Amino acid sequence: MEIIIEFISSLLMMLPPSGEELLAAVSDATCQALREAEIRLPPDVIAALRHAAENETSDIAREELGRILENISLAGRLGVPICQDTGVPVVYLTIPPGIPLTAGLLEAVADGVRKATHDIPLRPNAVHPLKRQNSGDNTGPGMPAIHIRPGDRLEVTVLPKGAGAENMSRLVMLLPTQKDQITRFVAETMLVAGGKACPPVILGVGIGGTFDGVAALAKEALLEPIDRMDPFEHELCDAVNALGIGPMGLGGKTTALAVKVKTASCHTASLPVAVNVQCWAARRAKREVVW
Amino acid sequence: MIPVHLKTPLSSDVLNLRAGDQVVLSGTIYTARDEAHLRMMEDGIPFDPVGAAVYHCGPIISGSRVLAAGPTTSARLDRLTGFLLDAGVRALIGKGGMGGGVVDQLLGRGVYLALTGGCAVLAASRMTLRGVFHEDLGMAEAIWIIEADRLPLVVGIDSQGGDLFGKVEREAKLQFDSRYTT
Repeated sequence: MEIIIEFISSLLMMLPPSGEELLAAVSDATCQALREAEIRLPPDVIAALRHAAENETSDIAREELGRILENISLAGRLGVPICQDTGVPVVYLTIPPGIPLTAGLLEAVADGVRKATHDIPLRPNAVHPLKRQNSGDNTGPGMPAIHIRPGDRLEVTVLPKGAGAENMSRLVMLLPTQKDQITRFVAETMLVAGGKACPPVILGVGIGGTFDGVAALAKEALLEPIDRMDPFEHELCDAVNALGIGPMGLGGKTTALAVKVKTASCHTASLPVAVNVQCWAARRAKREVVW
Repeated sequence: MIPVHLKTPLSSDVLNLRAGDQVVLSGTIYTARDEAHLRMMEDGIPFDPVGAAVYHCGPIISGSRVLAAGPTTSARLDRLTGFLLDAGVRALIGKGGMGGGVVDQLLGRGVYLALTGGCAVLAASRMTLRGVFHEDLGMAEAIWIIEADRLPLVVGIDSQGGDLFGKVEREAKLQFDSRYTT
């Protein structure tokens, strides 16, 4: 009898998960990832801010970074969002073989966003673009912005994006012969952004792909840890820091904590370049969906 | 540097401040973003503007608590600010600095004070909620009446035309032009 029960239960384990359980787990993982991201910055970002604070020589720049570090530890201690601009939810979903991509799955992510908005709480930021009516729960048509990739595990990665830095992001379709203009365009983006983007920033740079794809690449670059940069990323970062804009635009050595680059193949006649500006509150977190 | 202590309603003492000075500010402040400015231009200012401090901020409010309340980008309000200064407002608090004639509008009248962008919890830990005007504008856009207790600020623009943000921007532009001559 026992053997039979064991056999039946092992058979049940092999059945595909019940839709409802899976969707509830996706919703929970989204909510948990948002909670983590909004309250605690990734260790590589905190380390970069600490390093910047030690490196600054001007009083004002040191004070600004000191306040940023104090704010980060206060948010963690109190369990509240680091910044009142809790952003709009940008979500990266990796889907393993065997999990069908359905409208329900995307709706479960939106449900997690609603739950996070209510529970954490987050500031309701999502509005109709023209009527400016606020949905009250950070969702709406096209929001959350969900990017889907194939993967080994079902994982939700969130990148809540505030408007101060997002508003200063730029895209250009360079000519293939203008490769040497990339550094200039990145530095110019920072020059235009100035203190408005809440520096020290992280710049996500997309190079190649298509008009729409290059912006997505730039944003994906912001998912990369910032504790290492390749020589080209270093060169771009140095060019930005040479501007002396400094923490909060009040002057100093640290304008960018890091620059991260992602590339894709492009048309032989094109050279798309996009710069997605990320404020120092570089919030990102990942949760595996378990059910 | 020992910060200068300011208390609202602000007196003409703020005219002695210089760009780069560190200050701490206590007393009542009023949050206002884009929608609140538009509403006030149409319906009038719902608080006594004389000596008032207006804070460019859309906080997270939970019940009667200010949970997170860092500054928003002030430059969005560049062209919506003159009427406040005309009415007697003496301090604008925000981040990123202001252009569009605000430096001139502040001459002999008031100052722009910079609060560290993103430091929403630090700011909220020094705030008590007192009330609200125009709550129909939504959490981010309503005018929240807040009692501040020693908010740490830097004078970004003073009443003599001194503009720390402008100075940094000009130097950045010179640096940029010297590197990328076309």
